[in-house]
Amino acid sequence: MNTISRRRFLKISGLGLGAASLAGLSPRRLGATAAASAGTVRAVPTYCDICFWKCNAIAHVRDGRLWKITGNPEDPLSRGRLCPRGTGGIGTVTDPDRLQSPLIRRKARGGEEWVEVTWDEAFDYIAGKLQKIKVEHGPEAVALFSHGIGGAFLKHTFKAYGTPNIAAPSFAQCRGPRDAGFLLTFGEDIGSPERTDIRNARCIVLIGSHLGENMHNTQVQEFAEALGKGATVIVADPRFSVAASKAKYYLPVKPGSDIALLLAWMNVIVTEELYDQAFVEQHGFGFENFKAEIVERTPEWAYLETGIPPEKIRESAREMARHRPATLVHPGRHATWYGDDTQRSRAIALLNALLGSWGRKGGFYYPSSMDVPGYPYQPYPKSGRGKVDNPGKKYPFAHETISTGIREATISGQPYPVKGWFVYATNLIHALPNEAETLKAIQALDLLVVVDVIPSEIAGWADVVLPEATYLERYDELNVEYFRDPFVALRQPVVEPPGDQKPNWWIARELAFKLGLGEYYPWQDIEEYLDYRLAGAGLSLGTLKEKGLVKGTPAPAFFDEGVEALWPTPSGKVEFYSLQLERAGFDPVPRHQRQKEGPPGSFRLLYGRAPVHSFSRTQTNPILRDAMPENDVWLNASVGARLGLRSGDYVRLRNQDDVLSSPIKVRVTEAIRPDCVYMVHGFGHTAKGLRSAFGVGASDAQLITRYETDPLMGGTGMNVNFVSIEREN
Amino acid sequence: MARFGMAIDTTKCVGCMDCIVACKTENDVPDGYCRDWIAKRVEGRMPDLRMTITSERCNHCDNPPCVTCCPTGASHVHVYGKIVLVDHGKCIGCKACVASCPYGARFMHPDGYADKCTFCIHRVDKGQLPACVEVCPTRCMTFGDLDDPQSEVSRLVAGRKHFVLKPDAGTGPRIFYLE
Repeated sequence: MNTISRRRFLKISGLGLGAASLAGLSPRRLGATAAASAGTVRAVPTYCDICFWKCNAIAHVRDGRLWKITGNPEDPLSRGRLCPRGTGGIGTVTDPDRLQSPLIRRKARGGEEWVEVTWDEAFDYIAGKLQKIKVEHGPEAVALFSHGIGGAFLKHTFKAYGTPNIAAPSFAQCRGPRDAGFLLTFGEDIGSPERTDIRNARCIVLIGSHLGENMHNTQVQEFAEALGKGATVIVADPRFSVAASKAKYYLPVKPGSDIALLLAWMNVIVTEELYDQAFVEQHGFGFENFKAEIVERTPEWAYLETGIPPEKIRESAREMARHRPATLVHPGRHATWYGDDTQRSRAIALLNALLGSWGRKGGFYYPSSMDVPGYPYQPYPKSGRGKVDNPGKKYPFAHETISTGIREATISGQPYPVKGWFVYATNLIHALPNEAETLKAIQALDLLVVVDVIPSEIAGWADVVLPEATYLERYDELNVEYFRDPFVALRQPVVEPPGDQKPNWWIARELAFKLGLGEYYPWQDIEEYLDYRLAGAGLSLGTLKEKGLVKGTPAPAFFDEGVEALWPTPSGKVEFYSLQLERAGFDPVPRHQRQKEGPPGSFRLLYGRAPVHSFSRTQTNPILRDAMPENDVWLNASVGARLGLRSGDYVRLRNQDDVLSSPIKVRVTEAIRPDCVYMVHGFGHTAKGLRSAFGVGASDAQLITRYETDPLMGGTGMNVNFVSIEREN
Repeated sequence: MARFGMAIDTTKCVGCMDCIVACKTENDVPDGYCRDWIAKRVEGRMPDLRMTITSERCNHCDNPPCVTCCPTGASHVHVYGKIVLVDHGKCIGCKACVASCPYGARFMHPDGYADKCTFCIHRVDKGQLPACVEVCPTRCMTFGDLDDPQSEVSRLVAGRKHFVLKPDAGTGPRIFYLE
């Protein structure tokens, strides 16, 4: 077979199917034995929505039915290979538990008893309530919780309605402290996709971050690429993760002692003068003050806090220094652990600064994006009252809206009442800590509307549930990606929704008209909107429909490519010592504080991700459920022996506040410290409509009744709960 | 003639199960079944631990017991690439092959025949890679002709330390795990 002619064939046919050719093999006609896939196949490019990474994909429709989804070979994010969740994306369409039509609550909130209504009836009901709230309490009394790009049009509608209270748990329940810590140090945050140049790293340091189980596609691909090129890996984690199994240094830190470890690493690098002195001299602010503190944090001191032997700390620190500046101390993503998370993230940022990895290959790059102008809407009404989530700037370094702050205001009515929640694509019951507080807030509402694909737990508490078309059935906002290789990508419908589900742009637009805000939607349909925006960038909807994405010209990404080293911090430099933190009453150099221990005989509850599930939204996807139908709880082997438990036994976990989990299978393993247990987030569903996932596995969120609030930015540290183990008979 | 096999680099594999999911959609494997799977073995004591992750499937053995034991000839070695296949029409569902496979690679399809990995022969025939190989985000799998010493898979097996599953079973498995 001729490789080139095959490639050409694929190009001519419009869409490369990612075929790598097997040069030198002579194909033969197959007999009847091989299950060759027959039928007419249509390939439609679009971008994925199983997580927020937004990989570009090609959906294959065979004889009118969705068959499979593969990566778009032109995509800089997926490089033609989706992650298992994206590959299993058709299961979101075929999920038998999907919402089918709009629903209005029939009985008490949370009773999950509904009347099916028309869209018109649903909108009339919602608009009536929203107008009443506006008259009685002002437009700010409505909050929108929205996760992912799908919420773009609802955000527009609610800004037009007049509320500034738009939030996502992705800030205060996830990456917020990380971004705040880097902003305080470099003046720039990490963003999404993370600006980490993993593929060129010679040494990768992961602190709790479990790449490979945490399946952010580009990150995992580059991690494997770096491993293949011989990069050294250092992992600090109470659990022997998949990433830890690739490590030269695996350091099983005591949970909550990461800052001590980071300070000791910096101690070694500073006292042995292994740091990038040119970088520090040229760009650093307050290094001498920083050094005066850091010399106290010896590996011997850290040993007592972390349980990591001093020599291991020294050796791993020297390993980092040996490979600098191509040593990447990964900032992680889900960073809300103990309430000291911004300071931990700042310590990570400072360690990177010592190694000179910012703006250098194998460290952190400068992303860029294409210039695709927004639609020229008329200005939104101005709110006189400001946001409700952070009164008096209680959390001075919160640079986005705090979801739990809105919840608090809803309960207290301070600084002003919140009477309506509109929730898009985020299951707040699993995403926010302390379910009881969420339910208390819900009881204070005059209106709770949930837009979702499946009948999630939060939908179960809603007054109105609006069924959304899946990402394979709808247009969406353009993805103008801010990345190493910029591009603009289109999501477009591949198949029709099976019932009365509607795309979010339609929902947002119809609602706006019902609210008398039609002038904010001068475009008639989404194709007109998308084409208008694309024309502003010299592109067309036709091109995007055919190709899925158009790439821009990458801008310089590193200092040696011409990026100017500018630091948008108060000092204009990289802040080793932070005067703005000092003035606000916080530690100007991160300090370690011991975490509170749990009751005797209890274990700290840790949680994380599995490669085949996203949050709590994929457990009923039949394909992904097959790959991982339930979660299990990891117990150290010595604990298992003491409790007489073996792998496969079922237990319930009881937390410090007497909350009891649903039954969960035990994994007795050496691969976790004896002072903690671990489970994958997103299982243990309690919504009746999620029939195939109801009561399967246990929910970490249910057990997270306590949280430590980060005083800098309001993040909720959630690794502060303790459980005891009860055998299930 | 070709003799297809695979080399899987366990130093890169993260056990994400993308191979399983891609196989399920590519081959319409029914809910509740899979043709490939991930095994993770953890050895040692904390903190001196070692984990071996293997993406496993039919080994398309050189000496396949599932073919020898088949009473109808449904299980056979296909002339193309010496891939071990099942002729659904000839299979009487006796499950002898399921019992004979030391790797547990076969299952009874709800439609009544023995089913398993085909190395995606329908794709390979068109010059494409098996779905699991093509999807793998870590690019840890290499597929090709073991009889061609110049093929990438042959060079990897010749040049890298590796193991096979259950070598003592005498089946001559053709999936090689690189260490």
